[in-house]
Amino acid sequence: MAAYIVRRLIQSALILLGVSFITFVLLYVLPADPVRQIAGRSATAATVESIRQQLGLDQPFLVQYGNYLLNLIQGDFGRSYLQKTEVAQLIVSRLPATLLLLVAAIACELLIGLPLGIVAALNRGKMIDNGLMLTSFLTVSAPQFVVALLLLFVFAVKLGWFPIGGYGTFAHIVLPAVTLGILGSGWYSRIMRSSMVDVLRADFIRTARAKGLGRSKVILGHALPNAILPIIAMIGIDIGLFMSGIVVVESVFGWPGIGQLAWQAIQRVDIPIIMGVTLVSACGIVLGNLIADLISPLIDPRIKLR
Amino acid sequence: MTAAMLSPIVDTATDVVLSVRDLQVSARSEQGLVPLVEGLSFDLHRGETLAIAGESGSGKSITSLACMGLLPAPAVRVTGGSIRFGETELTSLPEKKMQEMRGARIAMIFQEPMTALNPVMSIGRQLVEAIRAHETLSVAQARARALEALKAVRLSQPEKRLEQYPHELSGGMRQRVMIAMAIALRPAVLIADEPTTALDVTVQREVLDLLRDLQRDLGTAVILITHDMGVVAEMADRVIVMRKGRMVEAAPTIDLFDAPREQYTRDLLAAVPRIGTGASRPDLAKREVLVRYEDVSVNFPIRQGLLGRVAARVHAVEHVSLDIFRGETLSLVGESGCGKSTMAKALVGLVPHTGRIEINGQALGDLDAKGRKAIRRDLQIVFQDPMAALDARMTVGELIREPLVIHGIGTPAEQKARVRELLERVELSPSVYNRYPHQFSGGQRQRICIARALALKPKLIICDESVAALDVSIQAKVLDLLRDLQKESGVTYLFISHDMAVVENISDRVAVMYLGQIVEMGTRAQLFENPQHPYTKRLLEAVPVPDPRRERQATARLSGDIPSPVCKVGEEPQRVELVDIGGGHLVGR
Repeated sequence: MAAYIVRRLIQSALILLGVSFITFVLLYVLPADPVRQIAGRSATAATVESIRQQLGLDQPFLVQYGNYLLNLIQGDFGRSYLQKTEVAQLIVSRLPATLLLLVAAIACELLIGLPLGIVAALNRGKMIDNGLMLTSFLTVSAPQFVVALLLLFVFAVKLGWFPIGGYGTFAHIVLPAVTLGILGSGWYSRIMRSSMVDVLRADFIRTARAKGLGRSKVILGHALPNAILPIIAMIGIDIGLFMSGIVVVESVFGWPGIGQLAWQAIQRVDIPIIMGVTLVSACGIVLGNLIADLISPLIDPRIKLR
Repeated sequence: MTAAMLSPIVDTATDVVLSVRDLQVSARSEQGLVPLVEGLSFDLHRGETLAIAGESGSGKSITSLACMGLLPAPAVRVTGGSIRFGETELTSLPEKKMQEMRGARIAMIFQEPMTALNPVMSIGRQLVEAIRAHETLSVAQARARALEALKAVRLSQPEKRLEQYPHELSGGMRQRVMIAMAIALRPAVLIADEPTTALDVTVQREVLDLLRDLQRDLGTAVILITHDMGVVAEMADRVIVMRKGRMVEAAPTIDLFDAPREQYTRDLLAAVPRIGTGASRPDLAKREVLVRYEDVSVNFPIRQGLLGRVAARVHAVEHVSLDIFRGETLSLVGESGCGKSTMAKALVGLVPHTGRIEINGQALGDLDAKGRKAIRRDLQIVFQDPMAALDARMTVGELIREPLVIHGIGTPAEQKARVRELLERVELSPSVYNRYPHQFSGGQRQRICIARALALKPKLIICDESVAALDVSIQAKVLDLLRDLQKESGVTYLFISHDMAVVENISDRVAVMYLGQIVEMGTRAQLFENPQHPYTKRLLEAVPVPDPRRERQATARLSGDIPSPVCKVGEEPQRVELVDIGGGHLVGR
């Protein structure tokens, strides 16, 4: 077990190294010039050059990347070009909001998706199954900014049940979490349905019925624990999808998390922030998968971590 | 256990526990209702064993599911007749009441012990749950009862088993757990649906002995669903033979075997492979070696730890030397995990081996990619499950033609002509060329697989349990076909099987494998008439014999399992030395 975790952590470090390199390359070849953004349109060529030197952006690519890595190993994410603050500080101050949203959104996905998947599986081939699968198709294919605006218009503007944006109370989190959750719930209901359909056909379900167990015990006690396994692996992967979703959703709802931070940084080519947010997100995805893999053997004793 | 619990609620006047009258079960399909069981009537008496025998599609399993109220509704349901348990009519019983019956009054064990237990629940929880579903006991009390049941099925280390999960137990042990679960509540009726079909023959022997002992002790009435007439002969008091949903014949077991009234029963009994019916062929004049295994080993590493170091090895095949002569049928027999299939896989290059395998005098290891492809033309395999071995999206003609295409033999027109010829040779009409595998029966599909194996005119065909999944009547025909093909073309068979009777019928020579090594090898006559190694004797004694008059010698009851072929690095399994005891009969010492 310990050996497994150590090996996975080493793998994770290598993945993060890869992510940092690719992101750095992409930002380097980007036609946008961060120095222009900082100096402003009226700055002279001499000013621009001096800022470039100051930030070390005149150095060759490998030197820039090497310096970034060296600092990173010491826990230094660099300074924001425009906000003149430590990137680490910015991320730390905004991370709790994003984590809160993450937990709320995943809870939302599971609470909507899993029961619908189970209901569909139990009514396979009937109207209710077809209806639910069509709905899940719609939720999966609806763009998030559309869902966000729709929810805002109906529940915030027209009905006034929830605030239009911001952060602070429980009411603030509902609409962003639902926006993120609706997309995921479609995926989860589909996966849960097919997983459940497979499990319901299994021999041990027939054994459970032959014992004289009632329907609810057979479904909740025997089918569900077996059907839930693919879902756990899926949650690990889902964090990646989630990270791309928060950039849009946090911006629309004015949610002060790292997604909003990233959005502002991208607009202004604030490279240290973009790098920092990317690495923290990648870290979240890698850890999420590790945790999912560690949870699986607790549910299925056949899974051995090697 | 109180006396009241021991005595099932039955109609004591007639002693009938379960009474089925004019039962009709139908499936809903596009053509309307299709009958699966029609007009079936029988009585099950207290303490008796009633066998329902028949081939696939006879409706025997559907009958048992109907008695349990477990038919896959709404597609399949009882459409007529009655099933009475004592005074209770089961066909019209509401689901809630039926639940009280299931497990407590009528219990069932299934064919596939590997999948019949919930993989994520401990054995103890599954047993306790079954007990508590019917009796108001505390968890501790139910656990005590579960332990008692596990002891009753003679499972070793019962306390430990309660904590274990199904995947930690072997197939035989799982089937014992299933039986424990079924008898824990002392049901009046126990339905055993092919309870030993998926088990090795020595394990089957133990489970059958166990079922008989339990029945004697508990007085349970047993319905034994089986396709195996040997099992019927050994276990049943009475037999019902079913075919296509109808009862063909019902009789006491001895009468049925002595004087079957119906032609179908006679055919069925005649098709059953029996040990002692195989004929030795005249010794092949020139014994030319086609395949030679020389000190061949196959092992699979088990990796552990931070760096994935090899901690142990599965010694699947261990220093085996063996010759296969041109034109003969050599059988490899043994139980699951003995390495018989791995031997074949090493031969066709599907697993890496150490040692030397020669085909036609050429060592596999010395060949380059081109040479290996050429040599594969000479080696073909027919697998156990023909449905899984045929691509469902290709037509039969294309499937048989594919080897010719891969090896670039002939023009497309010539290839198609050859396919038609092959179809005729395996007794299928050439007009089926454009049909798909799912449109055929199991036996026909296996013929298609054989035709595909023949396409390249191979020198050796490996039959890996090729007839194991077929009904006996079909099995007999496929074996005849294999024999005819050999007579015509002189092809050599490496026949891998766990079924001693089939092996006795088809083989020239037999090698018995145990834990990756050959423990005995000789001609068919040497091995079956004069078995020497204790394991060979045990295998032969375990085979159920389709003769109800035969008195079985009491064999030692074993509750253990076959030891594992896994060894830690540095440790080696003990080598078996083969000694010639005369006439080439090799016996392990």
